[in-house]
Amino acid sequence: MADVLTLAWRQYRLERRLFWRNPSAAFFNFLLPLLFLAFFGAIFAGKQHDLNVIVPGIAAMAVMSTTFTALAYNMVFLRERGVLKRIRGTPLPGISYMLGIAGNAVTNCALQIAIITVAGRLFFGIGWPRDWLELFVFVSAGVVCFASLGVAFSHAIPNFESTPAYVNAVFLPVIFVSGVFFDEAHAPGFMKGIAQALPLYHVINGLSGAMVKGTSLGANISSLGVIAAWAVLGIALAVRGFSWDARRS
Amino acid sequence: MLAPAIEVKDLHKTYGDFEALRGISFDVDPGEVFGLLGPNGAGKTTTVEILEGYRERTAGTVSVLGFDPGDRPRALRARVGIVLQSTGLYGHIKVREALAHFAGMYPHSRDVDEVIKLTGLEGKERSVTRTLSGGQLRRLDLALALVGDPELIFLDEPTTGFDPAARRAAWDTIRSLKGLGKTIVLTTHYLDEAQALADRVAIVKDGRILAEGAPRELGTDGGPYLIAYRNGDGQLVELQTEDPTAMLNELTSEALARGERLEDLTVTRPTLEDVYLELTASEEHGDG
Repeated sequence: MADVLTLAWRQYRLERRLFWRNPSAAFFNFLLPLLFLAFFGAIFAGKQHDLNVIVPGIAAMAVMSTTFTALAYNMVFLRERGVLKRIRGTPLPGISYMLGIAGNAVTNCALQIAIITVAGRLFFGIGWPRDWLELFVFVSAGVVCFASLGVAFSHAIPNFESTPAYVNAVFLPVIFVSGVFFDEAHAPGFMKGIAQALPLYHVINGLSGAMVKGTSLGANISSLGVIAAWAVLGIALAVRGFSWDARRS
Repeated sequence: MLAPAIEVKDLHKTYGDFEALRGISFDVDPGEVFGLLGPNGAGKTTTVEILEGYRERTAGTVSVLGFDPGDRPRALRARVGIVLQSTGLYGHIKVREALAHFAGMYPHSRDVDEVIKLTGLEGKERSVTRTLSGGQLRRLDLALALVGDPELIFLDEPTTGFDPAARRAAWDTIRSLKGLGKTIVLTTHYLDEAQALADRVAIVKDGRILAEGAPRELGTDGGPYLIAYRNGDGQLVELQTEDPTAMLNELTSEALARGERLEDLTVTRPTLEDVYLELTASEEHGDG
């Protein structure tokens, strides 16, 4: 077991080094949500109600982009380029490898949430989070949910070239419909209905409660339930469809 | 007597209705270079990928270094090096960094600099892999397979796409691995490669082994003698025989009795190439 964790740690450190060496990954996974935060912060400057919506919204989007988007990309790349197959031929335990990959995504997520939290306090007038535990719980739940959904979704992507199309076909509609950029209370009923069936809406709801509104974890427990349900589905699909080998035909 | 490094008995593999392997059996001794030779789609890669633990067999028994590769035991993976036909790597990893990282996965790894030297990657240690040429990447594939100091090495078409000079260099590297006492299983569709490297060759076609033996034996023991000459009308006559002495005696005494000469008389034995071409004659060009 110690060996499995040591190897996972080595893999994690390699993934971190390589992440910063790859400019496009660093940009899309890391800088884009922060740029969004800067743009919308500038647009909504002085409008506290809007800022109260956008900061937890961007935080939730960051959870999704660092896990769902990044892992769907990574897993298709690693599978189609034969990296997974090569790794499978070594004595490295599969669990160590996956822990290294997932740990990289979790680190990016944690860094983003930290930056957004500090920016919320310093620049956007929302103060420090009201409930740190609730923040931690919803970020963690969101990470597990979107990471597993990202791996599961990678199984549906046939080749690396089409990955951006597949990922954005999910990511963009979900961030718009779920109310990353506006107060969901003002959205039309059908949109709310769709949003409430999806996990991102509930991550936004939980983060908003933790960072801005101060609604307790108990009050948002049903949101946690929806995220957990998606996580169960995501984990089941991620494990079930997993392939170490590229799709040739 | 050492136990065989690999034992394969009556190996079958079906994909749906397609029978990729129809009963393959062979042994590989420790320290031996064993070649699986055959056209594309013959079942070579399916066979080695079962031995490597990548694919499950449909039927038959397989033992690799005493393990069943179907169970994918970690202890086995620690003793085996694999060069697949096509595998990628992180584009932003450096050569030495990749080798050091992979070395850390094995209990008894080789010295990284030694592996770099053995595979001719000196001067490329700090290069990022996506800047390497195809041949350099192939050498890195081999280096990554060697860095765990395996006893058994699988090489799946190691020189496909190489220019002649790069092929010779790869052959030298493979010979030096044999010199280190490694057991090597090599698949190739190049006859000269099998002849140059393998101690024993199995010719595979349509999921079956058609012939097996040392390259020289396969050529000379594998078929009858061929006697050819031109008769009195100047036409070429070709005869096959297991006993050329008796047939020559017969032919020459008849010719002498008639007062004729056997023009252009030759006695030949088939080369490995003849055996290979004959065995794989009805080959269709497929992929895989």
